[in-house]
Amino acid sequence: MIKINDLHASIDGKEILKGLNLEVKAGEVHAIMGPNGAGKSTLASVLAGREEYEITSGSVDFDGKDLLEMSTEDRAREGLFLAFQYPVEIPGVSNINFLRTALNEIREYKGEEQISAKDFMSMVREKSKIVELDAKLASRSVNEGFSGGEKKRNEIFQMAMLDPKLSILDETDSGLDIDALRIVANGVNTLKSSNNATIVITHYQRLLDYIVPDFVHVLYNGRIVKTGPKELALELEEKGYDWIKAEFA
Amino acid sequence: METTITQDIHRSKSLSDFIQKVELTNFQPLFSEQKRTNSFKLLSQLQFPTTKDEAWKYTRLGKISSGNYQLQEGTKESIISELIENLEGTILVFVNGKYAIELSKIHPEVGVSISPIHRVDKAWLEENTSIGKNQEELFLLLNDYFAQDGVAIEIEKNTQSTQTVQVLNYITENNSLVATRNAIVIKEGASIELVMSYYAENETSSFSSHITEITIENNANFTLHKIQNENSANLTIATEEIKQGKDSTITLHTYTLNGGLVRNNVYANVNGQNSESNLYGIYLLNEKQHVDNHTTIDHQVAHCLSNELYKGVLSDQSTGVFNGKVFVRKDAQKINAFQSNANVLLSDLASMNSKPELEIYADDVKCSHGSTTGQIDEEAIFYLRARGISEKNAKLLMIDAFIGEVIEKNTNSLVKDKIYSLLQNKQEQL
Ligand SMILES: Nc1ncnc2c1ncn2[C@@H]1O[C@H](COP(=O)(O)OP(=O)(O)OP(=O)(O)O)[C@@H](O)[C@H]1O
Ligand SMILES: [Mg+2]
Repeated sequence: MIKINDLHASIDGKEILKGLNLEVKAGEVHAIMGPNGAGKSTLASVLAGREEYEITSGSVDFDGKDLLEMSTEDRAREGLFLAFQYPVEIPGVSNINFLRTALNEIREYKGEEQISAKDFMSMVREKSKIVELDAKLASRSVNEGFSGGEKKRNEIFQMAMLDPKLSILDETDSGLDIDALRIVANGVNTLKSSNNATIVITHYQRLLDYIVPDFVHVLYNGRIVKTGPKELALELEEKGYDWIKAEFA
Repeated sequence: METTITQDIHRSKSLSDFIQKVELTNFQPLFSEQKRTNSFKLLSQLQFPTTKDEAWKYTRLGKISSGNYQLQEGTKESIISELIENLEGTILVFVNGKYAIELSKIHPEVGVSISPIHRVDKAWLEENTSIGKNQEELFLLLNDYFAQDGVAIEIEKNTQSTQTVQVLNYITENNSLVATRNAIVIKEGASIELVMSYYAENETSSFSSHITEITIENNANFTLHKIQNENSANLTIATEEIKQGKDSTITLHTYTLNGGLVRNNVYANVNGQNSESNLYGIYLLNEKQHVDNHTTIDHQVAHCLSNELYKGVLSDQSTGVFNGKVFVRKDAQKINAFQSNANVLLSDLASMNSKPELEIYADDVKCSHGSTTGQIDEEAIFYLRARGISEKNAKLLMIDAFIGEVIEKNTNSLVKDKIYSLLQNKQEQL
């Protein structure tokens, strides 16, 4: 699905990603962990196409296409979805209106017909149930005045609506209460299929009890320095990152 | 020698020269010879203001003062396509400032008198025009001198009109000088809505002076929707002079979608308690368009409310001005006066000058004002794009959301729909 090869990226002249390699196949769930400032959100941003980052070398193949050549919107239309660590509040733009525009632009890109208002609304009802998002929130301005947890649920609601091939969840678990964590995790699991894949960025192994990863990676200093089975997360929870830092300093 | 030349140029800017330069084809002045002679006398002693004048600091009038203008006639059937469909009410069309009877249609209603102002009797005209405090203001005097027509409306006591009147002003000819004078009187307990729209043929140039004098008696209610959608060579100085009695409400929506230079002066003289004054405006500018909204709300008595919300989107090399004066006079206690002006600059070359001016002489009042000018939120644009929305549509969604707040203040859904449809065209150019 996605193959990242020797990716180097910098911002304001500072190199953040320093030769990162990662391959994710359809049907898989990958967890990325790592200390603060390691470059996890940077990786997510670079994949989503944030223009502030300069890609100095490396390549990213997304389902046979050169991801780095595509605009942000085309990446989304090709099926890449980023659940933001800090979802943006957009006063005045209604969630519904924005999602319908997004959905229709994606459909147009794929040469499909526009969704009817009726089908769209029933889709909203169905998908908001997956993350138990209050229907009222769906019609409010994008994230405006949402609590931290509501914002995260809204990200997964959008993911459900857009049905991406590859989802990158950047600390979607942070700020969620215990019930919400379960709800969001269930949502992600419901959306999982053999045709899509998920990258979960997290600091807490707790999330991985719900969303069980096939692989756990440690991102440190701009690189994936360790990869293991789901048990690696438990080990990290127990031992912290010092042993990894010592090994790769 | 050189000094003589400079002086000549200087003198050519004096108002009497400007007036004498105007070609008067088939001129049918609205006002009496006496009034016009007097105006001319006063004008001869005046010159066009420069940016040294506080009120014109950011709006240059050189384009107007240096122009060669002509009173024009003309007509065109297709004009009426600019009207708002399905809006029930009287339609008055003015072409190049002259009444176009063949395009107009009176919708009779008991208690409602509407006619082109050149037809009203002299006593009514005298009583209901020149109602403002400053009778020596240059553009008022110019209008006195050149005005040929406009709309006169009088709503009788306790008549709640069910129609929405449409007055369409259209410019078809090049170098047009257009001066309209409108007088509106809403008697005690009466109400009506009026749409005044301004359009121009492509590639025409003009200078227009529009003055609308509005008297809202006790417990009366008036809503004015002003749609300005001319072109980049059309220059306009417009004034609404408003007098409010007690328990009255005025709501003025000003939508400036196109125009080369547009100056809107609004003076609300609030002289009755428990009254409400709402001024809402949007302006969307591109190329070198310039829009200047100067508002004054003068709270002379207690227990009143005023709301002002103006929002602008400026692209290319356009420039905008907002100047909002609020006076709260000495005994005008318990006033709530809210003012807000917000702007989004879409280009580095666009600029905005925004200045609230509050002068408060009473102590028990609640006044707030805010003025912001910023760029479009790039984080939000990225977020929208990351969901598959094109950069262009993301921008449009953001602009819609920004000015939508102002448009949603309008409770007339047909007018609102018209604004949204005009906006679609305009946004393509931003
Ligand atoms: N504009 C910038 N200029 C310089 N350094 C930057 C800039 N933006 C981000 N960085 C740095 O890049 C590094 C990686 O940041 P990133 O947000 O990717 O970390 P992270 O792994 O997601 O951390 P966290 O776990 O705290 O979310 C940090 O050291 C950060 O300070
Ligand atoms: Mg991060």
